[in-house]
Amino acid sequence: MLDNLTILEASKLIDEKKVSALEITNSYLKKIEDSKKLNCFITVSHDKAVHAAKETDNRVSKNNRIGPMDGIPLAYKDLFCTKDTLTTASSKILSNFIPTYESTVTNNCINKGAITLGKLNCDEFAMGSTNKTSFYGPVVNPWKSLDSDEELVPGGSSGGSAASVAADLCIASIGTDTGGSIRQPASFTGAVGLKPTYGRVSRWGTIAFASSLDQAGPISKTVEDAAILLQTISGHDNKDSTSSQRPNEHYFSNLNSSVKNLKIGIPKEYMSDDLPLEIQNYWNEGKKILSENGAEIIEISLPHTKTALPAYYIIAPAEASSNLSRYDGVKYGLRTNEKNLIKMYESTRSDGFGDEVKRRIMIGTYVLSSGYYDAYYLKAQKIRSLIKKDFDNVFKDVNAILTPATPNTAFAIDKEEKDPVKNYLNDIFTVPINLAGLPAISIPFGLDKKGLPVGMQLITNSFEEQLLLNIAKNIQDSINFKNEPKCWWK
Amino acid sequence: MMNDWQTVIGIEIHAQVNSKSKLFSSSSTDFGSAPNTQVSLVDAAMPGMLPVINKFCIEQAIKSGLGLNAKINNKSIFDRKNYFYQDLPQGYQISQFKDPIVGEGSVEIEIEGTTKTIGIERLHLEQDAGKSLHDQDPNLTFVDLNRSGIALMEIVSKPDMSSSDEAIAYVRKVRSILRYLDTCDGNMEQGSLRADVNVSVRKKGEELGTRCEIKNLNSFKHIGAAINFEVDRQIKIIESGEQVKQETRLYEVASNKTRSMRSKEDAHDYRYFPDPDLLPLQLEQEWIEKIKKSLPELPDEKKLRFINFYKISGYDAEVLTSDRRISEFFEEVAKNRSSKLSVSWVASELFAVLNKLNLNIENSPVSSSQLGELIDEIENGTISNRAAKEVFEEMCNSEKSAKDIIEEKGLVQISDTSEIEIFINKVLEDNPENVEKYKNGKTKLLGFFIGEVMKATKGKANPGLLNQIVKKKLDN
Repeated sequence: MLDNLTILEASKLIDEKKVSALEITNSYLKKIEDSKKLNCFITVSHDKAVHAAKETDNRVSKNNRIGPMDGIPLAYKDLFCTKDTLTTASSKILSNFIPTYESTVTNNCINKGAITLGKLNCDEFAMGSTNKTSFYGPVVNPWKSLDSDEELVPGGSSGGSAASVAADLCIASIGTDTGGSIRQPASFTGAVGLKPTYGRVSRWGTIAFASSLDQAGPISKTVEDAAILLQTISGHDNKDSTSSQRPNEHYFSNLNSSVKNLKIGIPKEYMSDDLPLEIQNYWNEGKKILSENGAEIIEISLPHTKTALPAYYIIAPAEASSNLSRYDGVKYGLRTNEKNLIKMYESTRSDGFGDEVKRRIMIGTYVLSSGYYDAYYLKAQKIRSLIKKDFDNVFKDVNAILTPATPNTAFAIDKEEKDPVKNYLNDIFTVPINLAGLPAISIPFGLDKKGLPVGMQLITNSFEEQLLLNIAKNIQDSINFKNEPKCWWK
Repeated sequence: MMNDWQTVIGIEIHAQVNSKSKLFSSSSTDFGSAPNTQVSLVDAAMPGMLPVINKFCIEQAIKSGLGLNAKINNKSIFDRKNYFYQDLPQGYQISQFKDPIVGEGSVEIEIEGTTKTIGIERLHLEQDAGKSLHDQDPNLTFVDLNRSGIALMEIVSKPDMSSSDEAIAYVRKVRSILRYLDTCDGNMEQGSLRADVNVSVRKKGEELGTRCEIKNLNSFKHIGAAINFEVDRQIKIIESGEQVKQETRLYEVASNKTRSMRSKEDAHDYRYFPDPDLLPLQLEQEWIEKIKKSLPELPDEKKLRFINFYKISGYDAEVLTSDRRISEFFEEVAKNRSSKLSVSWVASELFAVLNKLNLNIENSPVSSSQLGELIDEIENGTISNRAAKEVFEEMCNSEKSAKDIIEEKGLVQISDTSEIEIFINKVLEDNPENVEKYKNGKTKLLGFFIGEVMKATKGKANPGLLNQIVKKKLDN
């Protein structure tokens, strides 16, 4: 009865006093305990969770339940600073860091009564799309191929956030998305993953990867849950200068699944012969569903799509190289003692950062260097404007865009990719959306012939999350996909 | 030979913004607090912390820009200046690089009666770093982050100065303007205002020479001495047939010399780029106009007014308006009183005392109203100027009013004709030979008789009356 609960289902059980928040919480804590093979959690906040669940039950007994999030066990990517709880960014350099403060995102959840189960594994400093760059080891995808027993990646960087939802180790989770880090792992694990408009969710207290691209968002089992979570974490925050002043919205209560008379764009630049046939088929099915339900499908062009990936791999490392300068061994985190300052920096940072993080710091440092700035960083910013313009133009004609979320499905953890650029191609469908600051959602469509989830991506104009969720719900209701991988890990 | 050389000087002034809280956090900026007690999560660059601009600091920068007759830019951008240092918690300083908040402006300086205009290139806002303490432990360096994040204005001049005197006059003038505006307290000892000076030399008519930058000068004296040393050094290098190397230098007080700190080759690549945590700063023209209207009278205007209204010399007006508090003190004293007496008592007598006690006007032992009362006693003839000096000295050492001291010391001037006559008669009787000599034409002896009467009255005789009566008696 307590398996595969959605937020709505769990909330109903608590409201009707059929189950206590503590019972639900304990059942999840038990599942987490039994699922260590998946390596989803870096920290399990057992005592914190039990304490919070008791408080919910106390409120419920007095008929004072705060709302639908009260008593719902969540888990957070280990990029969100959590007061008195280890927060590592999956990096050795922060492997001893315990914040004295709570990020706005997690605080918003806690204020609505949500229960913190713990902190989820991810790629180190959110850099990666396999979850293999974590200092704490790779997360394992709960899904496996029908024809093989090898362990698969859950995608990344929010690999733990996606895998824990697919394996039902939490009802839903929060991740972050800089170039696809919510949508790609959601797609690899059969979950719903939403990246909000840049500025919709406060970045305060979230460890920064690339400040102009980072955005937190929900990973959940259903579109309804994504809507509830989005309204829980959104809103203006005067501690984040880039946070939007727009009032928060009631995404869940305004949710409807009508797509009648909507115009859905299909970008021709996203079509390619390299795209696996099954992904193409699901994409076509998506067009068919929306068309049958009353939407008009229009082919569109986003001419600068090809330039998005190189621009992203200049801008994101540039910002990261500066954002990660603060991890220097002086104030907190790892320090490798040496006789002088420069040596201390060198040893601490050599020791504390993994290869992918070092690679990006070096790329970022290079592209910002005098003499190279104009050729790389400035040019990338110009491309970014052109990409934004592409979307602005398209949204004059269409309400939303439908694309695949990823160019592939989950692959083997053991698959060694020597060329980092090949890994970067995982983000090819998701990166342009971050560059343009738009909201997008990845929703599961079905399984490929290996039995692995395939996700599609919907994109809308800035701050049109409601429309995004509505269309996603329409598809979800038409498909009826169940994210229930066969349990092999207990 | 030295006369063939021209000196070219440009100055960057770093002025701490007068503000209760820091540029991007709400921490206090109190000077002298215990180490690391004025540090927020943002100032310590904890993971996930974000800067939020302090609007008051922006207003202060706009005010300063307007005071420097400069263009205020409606859009400016905060950049990150990246470098590693133990007292720079973020690993970058938030500053303004390509698009500063204030653009070109100018100030006027006066050198030996001639006015010269010095161009301002720009004014930008940036955050200060923390402080490294190297003297607390034999092996370790300690870091105090109280300063970390405090707002600074960097004011960059054009290379318009050609002597150390002009350089000092320029820094003095900028400091004075900022103090008038209350945008910087100008306290150089505490480091609220410091200057980096760029110096080069060239032969008249030639192109600009290679410049050296002398960092962190925190007194007018050091600015002057460092420039003079540097100019000599550079001329000697060139005259010996060698070339000046572009470098950053430090001035050492003890030896009164500058020494190399780092060469151009060692200069950091700061990898400036726009800070993605902060949106471009957009300023409404309306707000700028509102600030403009609220500006106080500035030193140049005030000086003109003093010359015209108080009918005082340009020199006196300059001295009295160089500092806003001094000008205010003076105006309080001079209100409805003789401006001549007021100037002399403020600019000579009071300044002498302040200098001796090393105090500034805010801590003057005598308030403007107290000094005014003393001048009143002179103006209404109660005491002589000479007696007034004695009263003033006592006022500086006690809380007593001029009136009380005059009474206590019996310094009231004798202005009663018959009383003065008694003393005069006595002196004339006692000195018959000198009376005779005077009458035979040695009129210079008048001073002798006046002096004797003053001695007899302990200086209390009204000098005007005394002079008049003595003359009358002798001439009869």
